[in-house]
Amino acid sequence: MTANSRTRSAWLAAIAVPLLLASAAVVQNRIDVTAQSETTEQDYLVLRSPAVVKKLSLGFDALLADIYWTRAVQYYGQRIGDVHTKFESLSPLLDIATTLDPKLMVAYRFGAIFLSEPRALGAGRTDLAVKLVQKGIDANPNEWILNYDLGFLYYWRLKDYPKAAQVYAEGGKKPHAPVILTLMAARVAEKGNDLETSRMIFLQLYESSKNKNVRKLAMRELRSLKAQEDEMHLDEIIQDYKRKFGHYPASTKEMVAAGMLPFVPVDSIGFPYVIGPDGKSHLNPDSPIEPDPDKPLQLQQLKP
Amino acid sequence: MSAMPGIVAINTFREAVRDRVLYNLIFFALMMIGAAIFVGQISIGIERLVIVNLGLSAISLIGLVMAIFIGVGLVYKEIEKRTLYSLLAKPIERWEFLAGKYAGLLLTLLVNTSFMTLGLAAALYYVGRPFVRTDVSILVAIYFILLELALVTALALFFSCFSSPMLSTLFTLGIYITGNFANDIRNFGDFTKNHAMQVLTRIIYYLLPNFHNYNAIAIAGHGESVPFTLVWQNSLYTLIYVGVLLVAASAIFSHRNLK
Amino acid sequence: MAAAAIEIDALTKDYPVGFWRKRMRRSLDRLTLRVEEGEVFGFLGPNGAGKTTTLKLLMNLIFPTAGTARIRGKSIEDVEMHRDIGYLPEQPYFYDYLTGRELLDYYAQFFGYDKADRRSRVARLLELVGLTDAANVQLRKFSKGMLQRVGIAQAILNDPKVVFLDEPMSGLDPVGRREVRDIILDLKRRGCTVFFSTHILSDAEMLCDRVAVLVEGKLQSVGAPNEIVPFEVQSMEIMFEVSEGTAVAAGLIDRSRKTGSRYQLEVPEAELFHALEQLREANARVLSVTPVRPTLEDYFMKLVTREKAPSHAVEVMTR
Repeated sequence: MTANSRTRSAWLAAIAVPLLLASAAVVQNRIDVTAQSETTEQDYLVLRSPAVVKKLSLGFDALLADIYWTRAVQYYGQRIGDVHTKFESLSPLLDIATTLDPKLMVAYRFGAIFLSEPRALGAGRTDLAVKLVQKGIDANPNEWILNYDLGFLYYWRLKDYPKAAQVYAEGGKKPHAPVILTLMAARVAEKGNDLETSRMIFLQLYESSKNKNVRKLAMRELRSLKAQEDEMHLDEIIQDYKRKFGHYPASTKEMVAAGMLPFVPVDSIGFPYVIGPDGKSHLNPDSPIEPDPDKPLQLQQLKP
Repeated sequence: MSAMPGIVAINTFREAVRDRVLYNLIFFALMMIGAAIFVGQISIGIERLVIVNLGLSAISLIGLVMAIFIGVGLVYKEIEKRTLYSLLAKPIERWEFLAGKYAGLLLTLLVNTSFMTLGLAAALYYVGRPFVRTDVSILVAIYFILLELALVTALALFFSCFSSPMLSTLFTLGIYITGNFANDIRNFGDFTKNHAMQVLTRIIYYLLPNFHNYNAIAIAGHGESVPFTLVWQNSLYTLIYVGVLLVAASAIFSHRNLK
Repeated sequence: MAAAAIEIDALTKDYPVGFWRKRMRRSLDRLTLRVEEGEVFGFLGPNGAGKTTTLKLLMNLIFPTAGTARIRGKSIEDVEMHRDIGYLPEQPYFYDYLTGRELLDYYAQFFGYDKADRRSRVARLLELVGLTDAANVQLRKFSKGMLQRVGIAQAILNDPKVVFLDEPMSGLDPVGRREVRDIILDLKRRGCTVFFSTHILSDAEMLCDRVAVLVEGKLQSVGAPNEIVPFEVQSMEIMFEVSEGTAVAAGLIDRSRKTGSRYQLEVPEAELFHALEQLREANARVLSVTPVRPTLEDYFMKLVTREKAPSHAVEVMTR
């Protein structure tokens, strides 16, 4: 029979190659683990200058922009919750992505929120966030939504109400801008910081963003805002209860049973408020820190 | 242990030298000298960073060009020119020939890289930075570059066994570029909701050689240290993957009717 | 029975041809052959007959579709078989950046000779093929003839017992060809088996103990040259000169070939003396009378023209 030794070598290869590939995969896994645990900030960015990256991208700008954007999200996702991290590379990553693709809206919006968000959840650098969003506005003069994000930064982070109003007003003038921008401009100019305005802002954020993390953040803030109002009203009614029954109610259910409340009040995620022994109401400890962005919001307010 | 691959390897190295491949070192030297002088003039406080980044990137790029352009011709040229006929009439197995060609190119790359490393050291010295212990990371980065080149050479050799230099170059370069973005491919897959897509990208991720593993240039530039586990992990990974390619190349080549 | 130097058994090679590579062309059809030790064996055939294919199969450069072969008892797939053989490929090409000396030294390393042994071997071989003066010249500067000589040198550098030469005389001037002939005869004297392919039949007639004739992949005949072509006289050739204006039997001149002032006339043996008579009467000067014997070439031509007619029978349709 011809080709005896050759057939043997073919069999050998057919067995060895998949085996070796499998072991390579195992080693790759170990490498990934090492890389993750010991990653320094430097790993992500060999080139920090957006201009240089653009020059080297050889025309594949859009694709590279997507890659850098994905890396930014991955980078953020790996570090979220770590109090020690400064998210140093987040700004350069987003900067490069938006230089390569100036129309990358998601990147501006993400940066607006998470570059300014304080430690453990963000870089805590509102200045960088403002710079990024401004860059986005300059590159996309007709996109009203970026005014929205910039306004948010001035209002919520920097507490610069006149500037926020101005930014909202400019946004309101852009094509197809919803009326709410002009409304908010007026409100902020008149009242500065107030609950209703804040609620509007975060509601807009929650509704307009598809990013899970952004929605979670908005939900948390909305819960907090709603709770502020609800607890204020609830505490008054609790005092009424005390006057009537001589002791604080153990739970809101009792108040409903006594006819002092029409329904059990819940926070924006649906968890009922609890009442402490001192008669002060607060958020239910079971209400999760990380709300599920897919569940709907409960915004029914407790009116006096 | 067969001596045949060694014989072929030395000759392959000799061929590279006589083909004046090593002249690229002159280009590298000139570039490093230029950079050192230029950077010295400006004195912007990051002389070391620039020299290291530039030097390592050049070492990597030059090595890559050499590995691909010589690699894709390793087997092809011998078949085209029929120099292989009289060689295979000697008592040498086909796989021994392949191993020898591979080792020979690797040797060439090693020698070339060594000279470039000396050039880099000289440039660093000129720029006025005395060597410190953290400079070990530069050597580690260079070692990683060598591992990377070993893998690229194996790829080029593999393709050289059955396709023309142009196609081989395309394939090798394509895999190299894609392999550099292997992590990103995996990330893309992780973000989709489609389970099938996730599985598919995972498979692709593990099949592709992951060249991002070898990237220590940024680390070296900033004088940080590379974790030791990564060193032997990368070495093991390269060894296995090169093994895959050489075994496959051997099988293909052993079955090939020479024209 | 002692193992033959070369034993080929039903060796066959098909090549896929056509744009989609679906049809098969049979370039070697069930070749069966036996060459004894010490023979000088000629492998003859026109271009494309399959001679080079056979040699490449024996060297394991290409793989048979069917059949086997053994050299000195070892299968052609056994790499150790190569230790005792030498091979000169057709139109050889060697690493042009090496010098003659370096090339021979390089190849010698594969046989495991130590440095001193290699040095003396290489020097001896360079001397033998007349390349000592060019020993340190890079092969890229070699002429075709010089390359051929280096090729022969590398083929015999390991004192092989069997040597395979593919068209060893190709590209050589008469001096070179004579040198190669001498080398082959020298090898024979040392007990080496020489298997060479050629389409120069006069060389084969002169050198070979036996020959095989291959046409379009099929073996036509095997045997000593004078067995294949009978040693008989067909006709006689007369060369003569005649002065201008002499009356000669018109028939003779018509049938003659004229070169300058000389005439060559071929007549059947029986008519020889009659023709000579006529020439004498014409006062022609007879220069020579030579018997014409059939050569391998005639045999060849007959074979080839016969084979060419039903040539489609060679193509084997598959699928």
